[in-house]
Amino acid sequence: MKKEKILNAVFKGSAIFASVVVFAMWLLFFFEFIKHSLPSIRKFGFSFLANTVWDPVSENFGALPFIFGTVFSSFLALLISLPLSLGIAIFLNELAPLWMRKPVSFLVELLAAIPSVIYGMWGIFVLSPILRNHVQPFLSNHLGFLPLFGGPYYGIGMMSAVLILSIMIIPTISSVCREIFKAVPDVYRETGLSIGATKWEMIRISVLQTSRVGIFAAAGLGLGRALGETMAVTMVIGNRPEISFSLFAPGYTMASVIANEFTEATTDVYLSALTEIGFVLFLMTFFFSFISRMIVKKYTVSIHT
Amino acid sequence: MLFLNTILTKKEENIIIKEAAMIRIRKIFAGILAVSGLVAGSLFAARLMLINGAGATFPYPLYSKWFYEYTHVDPTVNFNYQAIGSGGGIRQLMEGTVDFGASDVALTDAQIKEAKQEIFHIPMVAGAVAIVYNLPGVTGTLRLTPETLSDIYLGKIRRWNDPKLAGLNPQLSGVSENIIVCYRSDGSGTTSIFTSYLTNVSAEWKKRVGSGTSVNWPAGLGGKGNPGVAGLVKQNKGGIGYVELAYAVQNKLAFAALKNKSGNFVEPSLESTSKALAGIMENMPSDFRVSVVNAPGKDSYPIAGITWILVYKNLPDRAKGEKLVQFLKWAVTDGQKYAAALDYAPLPPAFAKRVLEKISQIRY
Repeated sequence: MKKEKILNAVFKGSAIFASVVVFAMWLLFFFEFIKHSLPSIRKFGFSFLANTVWDPVSENFGALPFIFGTVFSSFLALLISLPLSLGIAIFLNELAPLWMRKPVSFLVELLAAIPSVIYGMWGIFVLSPILRNHVQPFLSNHLGFLPLFGGPYYGIGMMSAVLILSIMIIPTISSVCREIFKAVPDVYRETGLSIGATKWEMIRISVLQTSRVGIFAAAGLGLGRALGETMAVTMVIGNRPEISFSLFAPGYTMASVIANEFTEATTDVYLSALTEIGFVLFLMTFFFSFISRMIVKKYTVSIHT
Repeated sequence: MLFLNTILTKKEENIIIKEAAMIRIRKIFAGILAVSGLVAGSLFAARLMLINGAGATFPYPLYSKWFYEYTHVDPTVNFNYQAIGSGGGIRQLMEGTVDFGASDVALTDAQIKEAKQEIFHIPMVAGAVAIVYNLPGVTGTLRLTPETLSDIYLGKIRRWNDPKLAGLNPQLSGVSENIIVCYRSDGSGTTSIFTSYLTNVSAEWKKRVGSGTSVNWPAGLGGKGNPGVAGLVKQNKGGIGYVELAYAVQNKLAFAALKNKSGNFVEPSLESTSKALAGIMENMPSDFRVSVVNAPGKDSYPIAGITWILVYKNLPDRAKGEKLVQFLKWAVTDGQKYAAALDYAPLPPAFAKRVLEKISQIRY
């Protein structure tokens, strides 16, 4: 009995230790970021977040182009991938014949296993030429008057980055959605069918509507992944710190500028400006996850009430 | 006794016991072998000295070759080099985590003041920055002047058939493409050399942009690394970019002839780079912190740069210091013969002699 008591205590202790370590790491990140960003915070203050210039030579740094690039590319990617992921999840869960479900879901999960750099290379060698030679000329000729498709096109740019990001977050969102749809009791589906709903109406009412909160949580997860994605984006986004609402234009994200310039940043202010950008990204990801969790918590209705 | 379910004769039991003993003896023997192998290996490794360096990516292929060849010259020393970039090399050297640094860009006066002791710049080889372009229908080598090149990178000349370009290159008047400017998005010594050339030849560039490993480019797209820029140029018709000569040669990209200080149009090559080095030798400062851009000499290529190895004048470790100095002496003499094959320009012999004298001043 004594041996079991000791084992239990050890197990409880290591579980507590693991949780404390995670929390402590978060605190450590937070304080280290602040400490290393201090020179930049002292020099620029809050205007750092509104300044659009990034000039390492005259040491004038501003984070706005990067914040814009990150938010713009991630939200657009989410907008594109959410319908696709929902479609995949609905198809695999409700519509596909049983023999098809395992292989197709395996292939979708495989997308998540592809390294980010490979996505970037695929973007440079396959996607960008297709965009530059076929898609973008068409869009420019017919829809060029819209600000979204205005200006010269290079293949490389925001459009490539958004498309690659959406492919990368599809497996995340679709697998979470599948789990959520699986958790909807069959009773709901049968009820829908029994009152005369067509298959699509049944899916809409019994599955999608009851899973709204879960779908939102899945989207939050996908957004978190898109916000932090570095290598694939930096290879295809054009790396130009400019704010432009055109999809053809090159852009720059926070993760990309850190990946590109951190090792060669020579002066203290330069280094700390990059660290401050990392800090802003850290806070932004935390903020979006927090909001997402709050909304999920607020709208989760327990099945048993 | 051993096998409860089987009934064995005494003889069979004895055989089994003997075999178990044999297996145990063999395991102990293998263990002794493994341990002694580890001990011998670590003893041997302890005799092998490890010298650590970090820095520029540009000379990395050549340094790798040198470290390998040097093991034939002196098998007791091993070198470990991390190509983290010139800025990273400078920082690690100043923090004392490496024995030597490597950089394509010299220390600024501010950095020299910040360093605790005197740091020597030892030139190793030189490289040229080629201006590459992608104009499939255009034959012949493009000719660019300092003014047209800076105007292109300032975003003032936007089309290939602009009269300023077509004046020198009549074959461009039929080209309808826009100029797609490409630059390095990551901090790099190549950018440093290229921007210091533009700063040297264009007052407007000097005022608006300046020079450094990362700058605020007025126009264009950024690619990561020399391969990134080469890729951007290759993929975009009408693209123009700057890469190390080795990349231009290996990717079979067309490069332009630039007008040098003497007024001649010179293509980037090992010979024109060495001529540029020879051209600046007269005004060479004793600490070798010199820029090779826009060098005098009728055959000099205007965008060239030296890559240095940075070491402290007083090395703390006597044994390591001696080995490092011997390697540096070998690198600027025998090592130079490996440079040309890898597309680096070797130091002219007179230059190498002065570098040797400097290396002899290192104390350990």
